[in-house]
Amino acid sequence: MRSHILQMAASRLLPVTLILSLLVFYRGHNDPGGGFIGGLMAAAGFVFYALAFDTREAEKKLRVSPMMLIASGLSIAFISALPALFAGNPFFTGEWISISLPLSAKLKLGTPMLFDFGVYLTVWGIMLTVIFNIMEE
Amino acid sequence: MNGILVYLLILLIAALLSPAIIQRGGRHAAWLLGLISAAGFAMFLTYAPLTSAGEKLSLTINWLPELYLNFSLYLDGLSLFFALLITGMGALVLVFAGKYMQPYPLRHRFFFLILLFEFAMLALVISGNLFTMFIFWELTSVSSFLLVGFSHEKPEARNAALQALLITVAGGLAMMAGFIILGQAAGTLEIPLLLKSGDIIRNHPHYLPALLLILAGAFTKSAQFPFHFWLPGAMQAPSPVSAFLHSATMVKAGIYLLMRLSPVMGGTPEWKYILTITGAITMLLGGYFAYSQTDFKKVLAYTTISALGILVLMLGIDTDISIKAAIIFLLVHALYKGALFMIAGLIDKSAGSRDLRKLGGLFRAMPVAAVAAIISLLSMAGLPPMIGFIGKELIYEAKIGLPDIGNFLLLAGVLTNVIMVAISLTLIFNLFLGPLKYPGEKPKRPALALRIGPMILASVSLVFGLFPSTVADLLLRPAITSIRPTIDTLKLALWHGFNEVLLMSFITVAAGIILFLLYRKVNPVLTRFNNEVITFRFADAFNKGLDFFLSLTKKKTALVQSGYQRIYLIAIFIMTSALAWYQIAYTWKDMAVNVITPPGVYELLIVTVIVASAIFATLAKSRLAAILSLGATGYGIALLFINYGAIDVAITMILAETLILVLFMVVIYHLPKFTSFSSGKTRLRDAGIALLAGGFMTGLVLKAGQVNLSPKISEFYTENALSLAHGKNTVNVILVDFRALDTLGEITVLVIAAIGVTALLKLRTKKGSAT
Repeated sequence: MRSHILQMAASRLLPVTLILSLLVFYRGHNDPGGGFIGGLMAAAGFVFYALAFDTREAEKKLRVSPMMLIASGLSIAFISALPALFAGNPFFTGEWISISLPLSAKLKLGTPMLFDFGVYLTVWGIMLTVIFNIMEE
Repeated sequence: MNGILVYLLILLIAALLSPAIIQRGGRHAAWLLGLISAAGFAMFLTYAPLTSAGEKLSLTINWLPELYLNFSLYLDGLSLFFALLITGMGALVLVFAGKYMQPYPLRHRFFFLILLFEFAMLALVISGNLFTMFIFWELTSVSSFLLVGFSHEKPEARNAALQALLITVAGGLAMMAGFIILGQAAGTLEIPLLLKSGDIIRNHPHYLPALLLILAGAFTKSAQFPFHFWLPGAMQAPSPVSAFLHSATMVKAGIYLLMRLSPVMGGTPEWKYILTITGAITMLLGGYFAYSQTDFKKVLAYTTISALGILVLMLGIDTDISIKAAIIFLLVHALYKGALFMIAGLIDKSAGSRDLRKLGGLFRAMPVAAVAAIISLLSMAGLPPMIGFIGKELIYEAKIGLPDIGNFLLLAGVLTNVIMVAISLTLIFNLFLGPLKYPGEKPKRPALALRIGPMILASVSLVFGLFPSTVADLLLRPAITSIRPTIDTLKLALWHGFNEVLLMSFITVAAGIILFLLYRKVNPVLTRFNNEVITFRFADAFNKGLDFFLSLTKKKTALVQSGYQRIYLIAIFIMTSALAWYQIAYTWKDMAVNVITPPGVYELLIVTVIVASAIFATLAKSRLAAILSLGATGYGIALLFINYGAIDVAITMILAETLILVLFMVVIYHLPKFTSFSSGKTRLRDAGIALLAGGFMTGLVLKAGQVNLSPKISEFYTENALSLAHGKNTVNVILVDFRALDTLGEITVLVIAAIGVTALLKLRTKKGSAT
């Protein structure tokens, strides 16, 4: 199942899928999207890549192992629960800061976003672990 | 209090870094670790004037206050007393272990574990919330397990480790249940608040179950009869571990818990009877077995059991004088027993044996260590001018003039102390005096690192004995006052004048000398008696029980787990839908079908596609067609979601559906040819199950449409998503903020599933079995 057209498409589409998945993750807080969906999309990009080439190539492209994604994702999700403790609030209370940007724009950052990013990485890693493992069979 | 929190963190970091420190730091690296522990000792000492003045420090970090779960620290006289014991002992043991563990290739791991234990133990005694305490309690059990099994290549070490773990953790779980009851009864798990609600708890209808459960935890940890047998087994651990965990600190955790909860749960007849009887039996049993051993370490292990029995007994007697005796004896015992376990390791190391029959005259080979050992043994025998004498006098005083079983307790106490005197004298004369005797090479003079611990501990035993008032007011009285606030003075002295107690001491020593003179004749007889007559061994019985349990679960697994996926699926579908059907049928008459809004054209169209592709999937003649049509039903359902505005769900559904399709596509080439496996009969059965499951979903949906769940929840989410959680997408806000803990649990489950898939597939590939 080696097709040049598929390979060209996969390598061009991969960055697009990744950017799109990040976008979906970011807009998730106010519009449809979020870490879970973003993670699935990012995984879909790599699965497509692995279909066009093979899993080894896809893992090389990913640079880190999917297990690494899972480990860091789960750690980030857990760590995001901790700032609340230092602020004297119960575990997992959302803590927000807003940063003023030029042109009177404001960037709101909070621990739920960090948590969602952890979910993003974890879901991404889980899908790739499972699918790559089965594809290698 | 922040200083203490920082020190706990430092200790944890030291534990994490210790493997590197030991591997890179050269021969004296352990001194650095000892220094960290000694720094903690010094820091806690600066708190002594505060607690001595009756001040109580606390710090609470809220975690789940609704369930009374907080991370709290609490420091009063009692916690400080234990904290000093742990850090001080820890410093000496770490230095000792630096030399002792040198031949072990895995020693870096050892230091990590022992520091982790010190961290957990220290945190346990300064916990201000029973659940904070429970967590560290279990951590001490786990680190003890790993340390007992440190020489994991020996099967007996592994066995002893498992036994110790199972018993202490089982007790810990019972204790947790007891804590929950306590929390329900008092409305708090914070120790400072619990200390004030003793009357409520003692009069609560669930007092007795809570007491029994908590005692199960304390008794397993502190090796009380009938759970005592794990402690001699735990002597498989290297000597520093025996000195630190299994004599001076960890086995005292149960005693600490009893002391801590004494103002909360103590004083009732139940408390008194259970504690005194268990303590007395443990005390006598430990004494008897100690006298009949020939392995130095085993002798020490059984005397430790006996000492723990004495402590429980003292707490059970529950008078002013017995509480005083308990605290002082705890210090006495930690001092001499810690020193003696280190001496045992040192002798084992330099003379090549721990067998009392093979050793003798070691004073010539190691005079300094021998002096330290002799002082410690005299303290154990309760002879003046060691602090052990003061401890023993107080214990006697506590037992005089008690009602009902008082005379029996007095007799048992004297008997135990007679044995202690005999054992101490035996050890002194057999090991250190007389002609030099050793099985292997000539014993070398032990290194300073090995000697320094016993030397310091022995001199403390002596100095405290001569000048007991130095520590009485600063350290001991505050600890006693924490257990019993009515006591505000503590006067200790070697000389009490001629009285009943002194007379009993004379009798004890005289009888002890007689028993010592008989030792050589009696010991072999007792050993034979133990081996031949007492055929029942607790440890063996425990192992048999464990084996039986394992074979039982194997049979159960073979019965329930067929290994066929279709069987599992059938079981899941039938069970779930049957349970749900029961409920749906039960409330069927309330079902109002007219709440259903008539479907529009789009919906009808989509549903037609879904149903058609589902039917096609069952009839398909090729695997590809079946999978694709299944995919079509999935996408159809996603379309329905879009139609009703559940965009998030729809996107997730489409992505998941796509990835599953891709997976099928990958696997499809490896599957055998698509044939019709199932006969008409099984198809009929499957159709029945499918109808049952599908019907249950339909019923559920109809039911969901009219069940009036509290509307406030969803309204709360939609109303507060933006104001409280700064997000407009309610679904996402629920996932990542309102119910974030659930989500964390869910992704953790997914991770475990992914690891499971990896393990299954990778394991199979490694074995090279056919794909």
